[in-house]
Amino acid sequence: MEPGSRSTILAIALALGVLAALPFAAAALGNPAMTTLATRILIYAIAAASLNLVLGYGGLVSFGHAAFFGIGGYTVGILFHHHRFNEALFGLMLGTDQFLITLPAAILVSGLFAAAIGALALRTAGVQFIMITLAFAQMLFFLFVALKRYGGDDGLIIRRRNGLFDLNMRDDTTFYFVTLVFVVLFFALVWRIVNSRFGLVLGGIRQGERRMAAIGVSTYRYKLAAFVISGMGAGLAGALWANYARFVSPDMMHWTKSGELMVMVILGGAGTLLGPLFGSAALILLETVLAAYTERWQVFLGPILIVIILFFRGGLAGLVDLVRKRP
Amino acid sequence: MSAILDIRAVVKRFGGLIATDHLSLDVQPGELHALIGPNGAGKTTIINQLMGEIIPDSGEIIFGGEPMAGLKPAARVRRGLGRTFQITQLLPDYTALDHVALAVQAHAGHSFHFFGAARADRRLTGPAMALLERTGLATRAGVKAASLSHGERKQLELAIALAGEPRLLLLDEPMAGLGQVETAQMVDLLKGLKGQIAMLLVEHDMDAVFALADRISVLVYGRCIASGSAAEIQANPDVKTAYLGEGDA
Ligand SMILES: Nc1ncnc2c1ncn2[C@@H]1O[C@H](COP(=O)(O)OP(=O)(O)OP(=O)(O)O)[C@@H](O)[C@H]1O
Ligand SMILES: [Mg+2]
Repeated sequence: MEPGSRSTILAIALALGVLAALPFAAAALGNPAMTTLATRILIYAIAAASLNLVLGYGGLVSFGHAAFFGIGGYTVGILFHHHRFNEALFGLMLGTDQFLITLPAAILVSGLFAAAIGALALRTAGVQFIMITLAFAQMLFFLFVALKRYGGDDGLIIRRRNGLFDLNMRDDTTFYFVTLVFVVLFFALVWRIVNSRFGLVLGGIRQGERRMAAIGVSTYRYKLAAFVISGMGAGLAGALWANYARFVSPDMMHWTKSGELMVMVILGGAGTLLGPLFGSAALILLETVLAAYTERWQVFLGPILIVIILFFRGGLAGLVDLVRKRP
Repeated sequence: MSAILDIRAVVKRFGGLIATDHLSLDVQPGELHALIGPNGAGKTTIINQLMGEIIPDSGEIIFGGEPMAGLKPAARVRRGLGRTFQITQLLPDYTALDHVALAVQAHAGHSFHFFGAARADRRLTGPAMALLERTGLATRAGVKAASLSHGERKQLELAIALAGEPRLLLLDEPMAGLGQVETAQMVDLLKGLKGQIAMLLVEHDMDAVFALADRISVLVYGRCIASGSAAEIQANPDVKTAYLGEGDA
């Protein structure tokens, strides 16, 4: 599914319509859990779309993206913690519970982490790159497990969602729409980026670094920039998640979380604009449905994923294209 | 006049194999210097060293008066080197136009532009289309590289290289695998470039080489065994036994 193609525009319009109507449908059906479920899907869609930028478009198989998701979450959690207990952070009274401060802070901090990790990891390629991103993420995971001051293993509870204007953020429907706004902005940003000069270079790097070097492109700096943008996006998702769940813990950074994000990208269609949204929805819905039937839902999830990935090359986004081309 | 490319006693070993053996060679401005030699003589290996993809064990490469040691391939390209690959290196999902536009873009400066729609940018597609026309690919602009024929890929390789406005073109067997008509087209194209761009042409097609080259050097086992005009090379007994006699031509 090419960004800008007719099928994409149609899919976007359709997705937007469904998403805007969803809380009202949930209320009409007397099933408010639908709204929180959709919020989870949207937040993970941002995280997966971030990973998709490097994995799907750039061909960089980062197996440590949960680290940035966690860093974004912890930024919100730690700022709230200091706000609540009126404690100094780095010797300053930096604590806050304001969305418009915590969110940019989370994006910035995760971007810095991505810059540091990417600068080192991108000196390698292939399996080595997969392993080194995984190793960095696990390092951060264990760091936060050991960080007793911020709850260690138990994580950090955020008593109240961050404040945003006069909105009642406690209300799940309000928070859903706030999340939806960020999803729309973020996907629009990704769309612009992948079609820009930068995006074309990124796609070229995926297909042939040797060719890119031969036209005079120093690939490292573009990969690093993509990695940083991607880390920032994952950090944004983490910050939204911290607000949604009112809780952060090292589990946000666990390697299985990185794996889930990769599954979402591949399942939805790597290197497609809306693939991550489809992938996030499919994975979370599958988990939810299976978990309702059996406790050992993970046993069934694996084979289902394998079937989808094997039979629909190009993921769910590819499936959408297929269906649209039929008639 | 000083040489645009000066290769000085370059040596490259792969384990026990010596792929470049104290090779010294130069290309003068505007000259088309052909490099011939049997399979495995080390022709591609020297091109890869000129590009900086392979680092010589010893010796020096001077391009435009500047030593190339320590410069990465992309940096050399920005200094005016261009190449085509013997085994084409194209981006399968990108169209012919994408490739050339991307090369125009890379030549225009950095690509840290995150917002404008690059495929709609006439500053890129305009010059790119002109180059596709020049290389005979205009009607195939919208076709993905994966769907281009072998000959079209070879033409595209050249169009991409030209987009970088190189001062020196390194052509690694641009005619290999082309049909008669395509070969004639390629020869015409290169003839048209002669004098404007210096070229180092690696080629097995002797008719093409004799039609195009100002000077021919013969590489055998990484060493230059003869260098001279077409007539001199054809008359050289060493070349006959080492190369032409093997029936490769
Ligand atoms: N990376 C490498 N590692 C080991 N040996 C190599 C490597 N690259 C090339 N060689 C060897 O070096 C020699 C020169 O190879 P090269 O590709 O330069 O030959 P060539 O003159 O381009 O041949 P052809 O006409 O077949 O393209 C060959 O024996 C080849 O097997
Ligand atoms: Mg070769």
